[in-house]
Amino acid sequence: MVDKSKLSFQGYRRENGRVGIRNHVVILPLDDLSNAACEAVANNIKGCLAIPHAYGRLQFGADLDLHFRTLIGTGCNPNVAAVIVIGIEPGWTQRVVDGIAATGKPVEGFAIEQHGDINTIARASYRAKQFLQDATEKLREECSIDELWVSTKCGESDTTSGLGSCPTVGNLYDKLDPLGITSCFGETSEITGAEMVCASRAINEEVGKKFLATWQAYMDEVIEPHKTSDLSESQPTKGNIEGGLTTIEEKAFGNLEKIGKTVKYIDVLEPAEAPSKGPGMYFMDTSSAAAECVTLQAAAGFVVHLFPTGQGNVIGNPIEPVIKLSANPRTVRTMGEHIDLDVSGILRREMTLDEAGDALIDVMMRTCNGRLTAAEALGHREFVLTKLYRSA
Amino acid sequence: MTNHFNVHHKADTVGVITVEGVEAGQELTGWIMETDETVKLKALDPIPIGHKIALGDIKSGDTVVKYGHDVGKAVADVGKGHHVHVHNMKTKRW
Repeated sequence: MVDKSKLSFQGYRRENGRVGIRNHVVILPLDDLSNAACEAVANNIKGCLAIPHAYGRLQFGADLDLHFRTLIGTGCNPNVAAVIVIGIEPGWTQRVVDGIAATGKPVEGFAIEQHGDINTIARASYRAKQFLQDATEKLREECSIDELWVSTKCGESDTTSGLGSCPTVGNLYDKLDPLGITSCFGETSEITGAEMVCASRAINEEVGKKFLATWQAYMDEVIEPHKTSDLSESQPTKGNIEGGLTTIEEKAFGNLEKIGKTVKYIDVLEPAEAPSKGPGMYFMDTSSAAAECVTLQAAAGFVVHLFPTGQGNVIGNPIEPVIKLSANPRTVRTMGEHIDLDVSGILRREMTLDEAGDALIDVMMRTCNGRLTAAEALGHREFVLTKLYRSA
Repeated sequence: MTNHFNVHHKADTVGVITVEGVEAGQELTGWIMETDETVKLKALDPIPIGHKIALGDIKSGDTVVKYGHDVGKAVADVGKGHHVHVHNMKTKRW
């Protein structure tokens, strides 16, 4: 058992009590049309973070709900101190503002119509300057490990992911779940082949059935109607195959190593849905594409991400630091600048899983205390909204 | 002693090469992680790091076992020590 008292960290406590590990002032576009204004504000006010994206127009139904849930959730994330929202028109802009305002954090919206970009950028810049200066006065304070929300998703996986980097994340979860962290895994399609094993890891039969229904819906609604072949080079990907993974089943069992040996997940979440059943592990219905999945997990409120990679995925996220670990010695050698933790010693029998898990806890706590991840230092800010179907 | 390949589970029919540059004819040392046993095997193909090696003879149509679970089927006969990948193994799912 890990000593809980040694796992406190210096975080930012927000108005609603949640704890963040970063202190971003975000300039958030409602829609694709507002990206330019947001980027201009972030250029005017140094230290603000614009998060451009591709959507927000003519969406409807569940797809529109997910768009709002993701944008509002991104603003609500405790790694964010304050938010400027800019949209083409005031109605939907205000809907995002109101959603974020529920946390109590500073947020203000600006609409472009009847003002134009230049006037909007000026007004938003004055407010962003104030938000930024106020945010920089916010002090880190001591926070407990049970206030930490941790997500995981792997990418450009290969067989070393299942041997080393994924079970290292699992070892961390096995050690920290009993201490009360809130955690999340997802990747619905990528559990195919291991879905019954995954269902058996639910806290009870009801949650297991909920997982299987989610997985089956993905198969019925996405894979079956749209597949043209055996999904070769999509799932597994071309990179997975290069790394030695042959089938989706093989990839799925490697993927599931991330949830450890003993943790049981307590609920199944919609994409970008915030957990509501307290501390514990949650499965989220997500795409298996890295940036889509991490964007959804960040929007659900997770503040630090553990990302095992085999062949070397380089992803980051604008608001949720992404910690990369790899057990592939060739990846560590050829693209080491992307890797926060080298666990290739597991493959050489030089490092035990227990030691690797402890090393990952150490890297994660240092990241929580403020150390930048490789992806942050390299400027990786992939923010990709999940789209359920074509717009109207 | 260099470890050349890992096997997740005692019941597995394939192992994973964990070093670069394995050549045909090379004598390999492997580690069964579940039981912490050491095993020996001769590679009969050059096999890249991360790719699979057959631990015994596998017949076309046989289920391939890894992690102690069904991870697909052989679509050609694969002799012990040979490379197992997309040329001789397929998913059962899609």
